[in-house]
Amino acid sequence: MTDPVLSAEKVSRSFGPIQVLFDIDFDLCPGEVHALIGENGAGKSTMMKILGGYLDPTGGGLRMDGKPVSFADHRQAEAAGVIMIHQEFNLALQLTVEQNMFLGRELTRGPFLDHAAMQAESRRLLEALNCPLDPRLRISEISVPNRQMVEIARAMGRNAKVLIMDEPTAVLTGRETEILLDQIDRLRANGTAILYTSHKLDEIARIADRITVLRDGHLVAHASAADMTPDQMAEAMVGRELSDLFPEKNVAQTETVLEVENLTVPGHVRNASFTLRRGEVLGVAGLVGAGRTELMEGVVGLRNATGTVRVMGKPLPGGSVLAAREAGLVYLTEDRKDKGLLLGKSLRENLTLLALDKFTKVRIDKAAEDRALTKAFTDFDIRAGDREMHAGNLSGGNQQKLLLAKTMLADPDIVIIDEPTRGIDIGTKQQIYQFISRLAAEGKSVIVVSSELTEVMGLANRVMVMGRGYIAGELEGDAITENAILQLAMKKQDEEAVPA
Amino acid sequence: MTDATTTTPPRRMRLNLNVLGPLLAMVALIIIGATLNLSFLSAENLTNVAARSAFIGIIAVGMTFVITAGGIDLSVGAMAAFVAGVMIMVMNSLVPVMGAGVPLVLVGMAVALVVGIAAGLLNGVLISKVGIEAFIVTLGTMGIYRSLVTWLADGGTLSLDFALRGVYRPVYYDGILGLSWPIIVFAIVAIIGELAMRHTAFGRHCAAIGANEQVATYSAVKVARVRMATYAVLGMLVGLATIMYVPRLGSASGNTGVLWELEAIAAVIIGGTVLKGGFGRVWGTVVGVLILSLIGNILNLASIVSPYLNGAIQGVIVILAVVLQRERWSTTWKTWSPRAGSTRWSFFPSKASL
Ligand SMILES: Nc1ncnc2c1ncn2[C@@H]1O[C@H](COP(=O)(O)OP(=O)(O)OP(=O)(O)O)[C@@H](O)[C@H]1O
Ligand SMILES: [Mg+2]
Repeated sequence: MTDPVLSAEKVSRSFGPIQVLFDIDFDLCPGEVHALIGENGAGKSTMMKILGGYLDPTGGGLRMDGKPVSFADHRQAEAAGVIMIHQEFNLALQLTVEQNMFLGRELTRGPFLDHAAMQAESRRLLEALNCPLDPRLRISEISVPNRQMVEIARAMGRNAKVLIMDEPTAVLTGRETEILLDQIDRLRANGTAILYTSHKLDEIARIADRITVLRDGHLVAHASAADMTPDQMAEAMVGRELSDLFPEKNVAQTETVLEVENLTVPGHVRNASFTLRRGEVLGVAGLVGAGRTELMEGVVGLRNATGTVRVMGKPLPGGSVLAAREAGLVYLTEDRKDKGLLLGKSLRENLTLLALDKFTKVRIDKAAEDRALTKAFTDFDIRAGDREMHAGNLSGGNQQKLLLAKTMLADPDIVIIDEPTRGIDIGTKQQIYQFISRLAAEGKSVIVVSSELTEVMGLANRVMVMGRGYIAGELEGDAITENAILQLAMKKQDEEAVPA
Repeated sequence: MTDATTTTPPRRMRLNLNVLGPLLAMVALIIIGATLNLSFLSAENLTNVAARSAFIGIIAVGMTFVITAGGIDLSVGAMAAFVAGVMIMVMNSLVPVMGAGVPLVLVGMAVALVVGIAAGLLNGVLISKVGIEAFIVTLGTMGIYRSLVTWLADGGTLSLDFALRGVYRPVYYDGILGLSWPIIVFAIVAIIGELAMRHTAFGRHCAAIGANEQVATYSAVKVARVRMATYAVLGMLVGLATIMYVPRLGSASGNTGVLWELEAIAAVIIGGTVLKGGFGRVWGTVVGVLILSLIGNILNLASIVSPYLNGAIQGVIVILAVVLQRERWSTTWKTWSPRAGSTRWSFFPSKASL
């Protein structure tokens, strides 16, 4: 084995009185992919931020090429060749793709910026990822998965010695993930040391050379990837054996609760019609850019749309999220950071924002809010070091659970969940699947929009597949297979596209 | 209730400069004032300071909501002058009809409130429905109101009918329990404002919109309506402040209320409300207003520093307050800037701000 480029010795980290990492020994070798796995809140991101110079360890230290180092900030780490891609995006929304890719290291010709060179280089890097984006688009104009691709391309363009990737594939679909993994293979062959984390364990099995498992801030296992199956990884993470991931499917009732007729979201979706029955779980599959999110946002009134939406037979006035909520229809966004949570506000304020009127008679009943928070902690197994912390300081997966708790507090009859398990560990995934199934059994109806086919197939009574802006078809019961879904998704996309 | 108190772990005890800062500054000013001049602590002087704070204070309470919701209103000073001008003209023109009595003063007050609300609503509609930047809209209306009042006064001064002044005078000069009406009204407005900010859905929604408008939209908050309401409330409070102000001089001109907007905004910021929105506290604004008036008062009483430097010292205090604010964000929000995740502002973490 080669000598490590970057290693951590007995690294500990506390936030105030709460310790989240305990004496972790860890190293990264050239030409090797080292996977760090663990439950939500286990301390993966914290460890990665310490290695990437974003956080200081409160105990222990780092070595680079055998010599002790301490990075004053991430810029110094970057200068030393250690680049990190964050779990949450780190892009300036109002700047263009190109500006973001070169922020802080702009190419110049004399005193002026060399736009042509930067654009060409951005294009080249994005094309290597099979992501032909126009570098002149603003980040705010591109989709979430494409933003992730920009983050990755930016890191790839920096000739990293050490590349740290915190859940880079959480927002990507299978095809895009495959491209990314190929790129990682290429970097590994070139001698880059890579630290990788993901909650998709088959991905870990595919890409990792070595695996380290964290549980509650302790290193609990360290093995060569060849010696661990995904099941063993899951067990090491959770600390118990996991039974079947998906619960039994319920049988939907006959009553129709939601009817969408000829819904058109300009530029994204044209003439979409579908229905949802009581107690049904409807899966929505499709490639990135198919307009799944846009369709659902149109249904609940978050986007301008034409067409009719009827809840329990009553037409919903367009453009009002509040009206939808009052009719019992809520939507849980896929973009928890920008649209889901107020990262700088307390957990309590976040939890009750959607259903605040339930806690208000002129005055907000803070005691009731606190009780709701306690209940959400147990119901959704939210692990927060401190009740008073800001939502932005929760680990990514726990943010997702908080968002779910917030949505359910509105006590909806119909829940549309966009990417329910993005960034969620396998143990919690199982809990969320059971939760969705329980909702259906109670006679509520759920729409699950997901890029994970296994999830759609494992949960849904019926699957609706979207092509580019169209509903390409529906599959029910035994007809729901991976092949059938993919074929539908590809078919429409090749035929025609929605004019923007 | 028991549930909440038993399950909530004790908050971390930390010397929080951001909470204590404005209070400490005010106490320091009072001590300085008392040592420099004995008459500073006299009841007469202190009530005088409070009464002079009242106009800006009433407006600043409304401004706290506007800023917390991520907005700004530069037009309040001009709006106050305009409201005063209209109010005086209406009252003067009704003297022959109604006589110079209490009913007419009440009519004048109603006019002030209505004009204030209407002017605030105009700002609100342009900002939240038409979608123009708050800074631009209120910069525009500031010019409009200022020039309208100058035009109404024909470049000079609009004076209240002499007989009416006598009837109206007590609203500024009288009071109960040794407190003049402006102080009492300011106190009531401040208390209602503080309760509204901390304990009502409206306050919570303002902070949510200021913190991240998209999250608020996705959380079924009526963003446009709440934002419009903040401007309307501010307009109403400008009307209320004008009602208290007019009997003091009994006149209005193009110079009435000049720079009030800056004083109000400064008071809000000194009080710890975040200029970019997302967090606001009304009690801080009250302290901020008092700090600004105390500085002026001390400079007038003590002859060490020229009163002409009043503005300079106030400016230093505002900048200092913002520096303290930043300290707070950086110590408690490790990886998140106050506006992380917002659509209009973005950031790149560096250890300096981590
Ligand atoms: N700035 C902070 N202040 C307080 N606590 C923090 C802060 N950052 C992280 N934590 C806590 O540290 C613990 C570890 O968080 P971390 O983000 O490293 O988890 P993770 O393993 O990356 O989880 P996930 O899979 O959900 O992303 C969590 O309990 C989290 O709440
Ligand atoms: Mg993480």
